[in-house]
Amino acid sequence: MAIKTLLEAIRDALAEEMRRDERVFVLGEDVGRRGGVFRVTQGLIDEFGPARVLDTPLAESLIVGAAIGAAAYGLRPVAEIQFADFIHPAMDQIINEAAKIRYRSNGAWGCPIVVRAPYGGGVHGALYHSQSVEALFYHVPGLKIVAPATPYDAKGLLKAAIRDPDPVLFFEHKKAYRSVRGEVPDEDYVLPIGKADVKRAGEHLTVITYGYNVHLCLEAAERLSREEGIEAEVIDLRTLLPIDRETILASAKKTGRVMISHEDTKTGGIGAELAAIIAEEALFYLDAPIVRVAPPDVHPMPFNGRLEAAFMPTVEQQYTAMRDLARL
Amino acid sequence: MENRHAALGLTDSDVLAMYEKMLLTRLLDERAWALNRMGKAHFLVSCQGHEAAQVGAAWALRPGIDWLLPYYRDLGVVLAIGMTPRDYLLALLARAEDPHSGGRQMPSHWSYPPLNIFTGSSPVGTQVPQAAGVAYAAKLRGDDAVVYVSFGEGTASQGDVHEGMNFAAVHKLPVIFFCQNNRYAISVPQSLQMAVDDLADRAAGYGFPGKVVDGMDVLEVYGAMREAVDRARRGEGPTLIEAKVYRLTPHSSDDDDRTYRAREEVEEWKQRDGVTKIRAYLMALGLLTEEADQALRRRLLDEIDAAVAYAEAAADPEPSDLVRHVYAE
Repeated sequence: MAIKTLLEAIRDALAEEMRRDERVFVLGEDVGRRGGVFRVTQGLIDEFGPARVLDTPLAESLIVGAAIGAAAYGLRPVAEIQFADFIHPAMDQIINEAAKIRYRSNGAWGCPIVVRAPYGGGVHGALYHSQSVEALFYHVPGLKIVAPATPYDAKGLLKAAIRDPDPVLFFEHKKAYRSVRGEVPDEDYVLPIGKADVKRAGEHLTVITYGYNVHLCLEAAERLSREEGIEAEVIDLRTLLPIDRETILASAKKTGRVMISHEDTKTGGIGAELAAIIAEEALFYLDAPIVRVAPPDVHPMPFNGRLEAAFMPTVEQQYTAMRDLARL
Repeated sequence: MENRHAALGLTDSDVLAMYEKMLLTRLLDERAWALNRMGKAHFLVSCQGHEAAQVGAAWALRPGIDWLLPYYRDLGVVLAIGMTPRDYLLALLARAEDPHSGGRQMPSHWSYPPLNIFTGSSPVGTQVPQAAGVAYAAKLRGDDAVVYVSFGEGTASQGDVHEGMNFAAVHKLPVIFFCQNNRYAISVPQSLQMAVDDLADRAAGYGFPGKVVDGMDVLEVYGAMREAVDRARRGEGPTLIEAKVYRLTPHSSDDDDRTYRAREEVEEWKQRDGVTKIRAYLMALGLLTEEADQALRRRLLDEIDAAVAYAEAAADPEPSDLVRHVYAE
């Protein structure tokens, strides 16, 4: 076991998969010589060469479209969109093409691509380097969406995504890249896509979250335990699509109180679907209304530090919402 | 009449076979219209007028080795590379056995892995970056596959076409960008689509050759395509071929081209029909007689009749098929 940052775990997963399977290659803007603007692919070009660590033209639709074509030919492309905020030119290639290729060919073709994208704010990224875009894709059958919170999960899930026969969007939280560290096994392992992880067991309320907010919620839960003796169960979704209904419903039924927390804005976010699932299938187990903790419906997020801080979720917010829900 | 095909390396029987595929394409398209007007087929997109361009292009490709990302008008391409009238009609009638999509897509949304025909969609131009990706993968693996990707002149306005061409140029990828310019994007004329006469001019801006050919002349198209394929296989990169054609029918069974094209213009282009042209050529060279031509037509119509009967009798998909193949099973 070694201690790694989230970023290092992702880089290790890429390198190990490229060593394991020569069909795996990465493509994107600045992924080669520069090693990515966040340095996720640093060093890969030295080991695997420029053809497998491909600096593409600055054209997101091409990046995903070419990945789709390469996958059709039998390769396993891992496309990087430099910032999730820049994924929109590739929406057609992701939604109308990648997601539908298996369905529209009646199972004759598949689309085993991974699209990695750094997302999320709190890094002075302003309006176009801070967005959370997962909900835009959440409505699309045929896609899988992964958003890990820890180095261990990131490595195991990225390997699973690369080996998956279907298109996977892999969202990496920028603020977590270097600030989140954790133990990562040296040996090869994969984690199942579609399985949530109970990061903290508890009996009084359920907190469902993902991404950087997992760490905020865990910190708030520890404080709540210390100060109030309230034990929150914190579920890290890890995979957003398909969602792990079983784990969510089991916990909701157990605690009877559910809070959903994400950094993405509230309306039409993943939390809306989670609340609907729980309302449909566990309503009579609930002792209190479902609570959603999410930023207001504004554009994430202003460059000015005070405005950015006003947008970003905090431990305090999570703590207060959890405590209030437990007392209801 | 001068023999033009020997110089292209084509035998007499090659050219007769090309004519046969062109005629089959025409007769099958005509049958699709009949089935639509009879209320048996909900929708079709027509390729009449494009047969020479399509068969000429496909003839330069190796079935099962080269790759194709054809657009929805490419009936002649898929027939020439190895699909059958039965395959087309199963899709036209959206039967479970439809090899392209099992009745999920509109007709003419080709897909067939055994012939390396990659599945296509309706948003135009998306296939172009994908074609570049296929070619990049082939090059990375050291294979000598060539990739054919086609589109109309209207689609050439899409950003995806630019992105795909530029990437293919940067890496000298073995792609043939085959534009079938029929002068109209449904109703919008070329003059409102671009400010140049020849789309092929754009190739210079990417750094690869662009060539204009008479798309009503199957031999001229084949010659240009052969050259482009050889060039691609030598590792010298892509070529843009612009085949000037004319759509002799409305865009689709739901279109009415009388609202945007003068009948005189359509009639004028019918005089330049590529199917008639190659037939006259073969007859002038003594390679085809009126009797042999009639016999060929009868044989092709019999084949189409049998395919129609098969497709009409074929089963629909089961309602339970609706939820299959969203993800790998």
